Amino acid sequence: MSTLTIKKSTSPATKPQFKIGAILAYLTLGVTTFLVVFPFWWMLVVASNEKNEIAKNPPRVTLGDQLPVTFDVIFQYANITRAITISFIIAISMAVSHIFFCTFAGYAFAKLKFKGQKQFFAFILLTMMVPGQLGIIPMYILVTRLGWNNDLKAIIVPGLVSAFGVFWMRQSISAVITDEVIQAARIDGASPWQIYTKIVFPLVRPTALVMGLFSFLGAWNDFLWPMLILDGDKMLTVQMAIAQMKEQAYIVNHAAQMGAAFFATLPLIILFFLVSKQLVKGVMEGAIKG
Amino acid sequence: MNLKQKTSAKSKSSLRDGEGRTAFFAISPFYFLYLVFGIFPILYTSYMAFFAWDPLGEKVFIGLTNFTNLLQDEVLWKALRNTLSIWVLGTVPQLALALYLATILNRNRLRFSNFWRAAILIPNVTSVLAIAVIFSSLYGRDFGLINYVLNIFGVDKINWMEGTLTSHFEIATMIIWRWTGYNALIYLAAMQSIPKELYESASLDGATGWQQFKYVTLPGIRNVMIFTITMSTIGGLQTFNEPYILGGVTGGNDKQFYTLAMFLYEEAFRKFQFGYGAAIGIFIFFCVVIFALINATIASKIAKD
Repeated sequence: MSTLTIKKSTSPATKPQFKIGAILAYLTLGVTTFLVVFPFWWMLVVASNEKNEIAKNPPRVTLGDQLPVTFDVIFQYANITRAITISFIIAISMAVSHIFFCTFAGYAFAKLKFKGQKQFFAFILLTMMVPGQLGIIPMYILVTRLGWNNDLKAIIVPGLVSAFGVFWMRQSISAVITDEVIQAARIDGASPWQIYTKIVFPLVRPTALVMGLFSFLGAWNDFLWPMLILDGDKMLTVQMAIAQMKEQAYIVNHAAQMGAAFFATLPLIILFFLVSKQLVKGVMEGAIKG
Repeated sequence: MNLKQKTSAKSKSSLRDGEGRTAFFAISPFYFLYLVFGIFPILYTSYMAFFAWDPLGEKVFIGLTNFTNLLQDEVLWKALRNTLSIWVLGTVPQLALALYLATILNRNRLRFSNFWRAAILIPNVTSVLAIAVIFSSLYGRDFGLINYVLNIFGVDKINWMEGTLTSHFEIATMIIWRWTGYNALIYLAAMQSIPKELYESASLDGATGWQQFKYVTLPGIRNVMIFTITMSTIGGLQTFNEPYILGGVTGGNDKQFYTLAMFLYEEAFRKFQFGYGAAIGIFIFFCVVIFALINATIASKIAKD
């Protein structure tokens, strides 16, 4: 009896506890994953069923066969293909330019020496705290003065660079590339530009891509600014198209709204599956340095 | 020795000229765009706020009138209350949940850890308005799945967007759904950068799991916590997309989910009161600063104790 109790208390006493903890952990992760996936599943269910199937008691939670009908409605009434094209143009321009300009500026802040470097950088950090909406009215006036109303330029040009992109790349470049590497390249006679293209950029390309992806996402999801600039008729983004469909519920039914949501989400999901590992890594890397 | 120093100083200064030029080329595109589209609008807002500014007509200097009017505007206080309520409902559970998920993901010998990490990030990588459409269907009064499930437990049909608290709840759940995983990954990264020895010596001193969490983990991720809280404050005080698409631009019949950002939008771009809108923008900015400071103080206190 006594040996038994001793055994229990001295041998890895945490073992049974650990097991309960492990079960709880996997259960939590399982439930979380279910909650993450379910809204997407529901989107497909509503988009692929007739209205009365969803209104039934209990409602149907499996896929139906109405998807083609739904897509017909969408393509007939909504500018969804056009909206997706426009959103792609905006988002890709911003991502590419972020990758180029923000990485280049980040390199200068991390590895080159110039006057006012510290002050500049502190200033950028400070402005990152300012809510974007603070400047939206002057932006509107500015863009109108430039004659960029209803023009994609008004959305793309202000989004070509961002403080967060420069900040992120500066942190990454300082962390990944040691001063010795750069010094060695200098001794070999490489110019700062060559150092950037031959050494710095290849080394931080993964981070730069993730940063570009986040600016792609930001652009894809922006709603307020495009809504102010574009007329919403011929010129509209995916987000605007969805908002319009939701407002025109009398023509565009519930299933079609979900179908549009499906089209707005699909490119992002595909992109996500292609680069999910890098994305997770990017989010986590940004955190430690941030 | 002396000679060596001299030559190295010389070569450095000649290098620096090239560096300065490259630095100039590297930064100027960013700097130019940022100045024009980032800094200038912010400064110009503070200027506009002192004017009665009609976009098509006159601009009349009126001093602080916009601000005094704003502070007496009942709508402002209602919008502030709603914004804060949505933000608290959406942020507190979100960050607590993120912290919990991060501790789970940080377990030794967790299987499929890459899969779980990717899974919780999915909501962050989706289209906001598409998700709003889905949530709006789930919360539907007559055929919504949530009301259906609640009905099984004897709860009557809820018209979520009609009520003040229920509409805030609906909007908050969407915010929680989108951002929990993202913040969990950030916490996880911070937890992984805490030296393992700290935990080892803590467990040698007989600290329980909870004590280790309280005295090692929390202080270790303090800075990251402050960062996430600040970010969610900035985001939360600008909430616009979710209430707009879930309930419409008016913010509800009773303005029950009308936020500060919707107020700015309506005054500036529906009523074209640019000066008044600018004053609202500055008000939002001050709220961000005040609440970010309060939260940072609270967070650092919690992590210290």
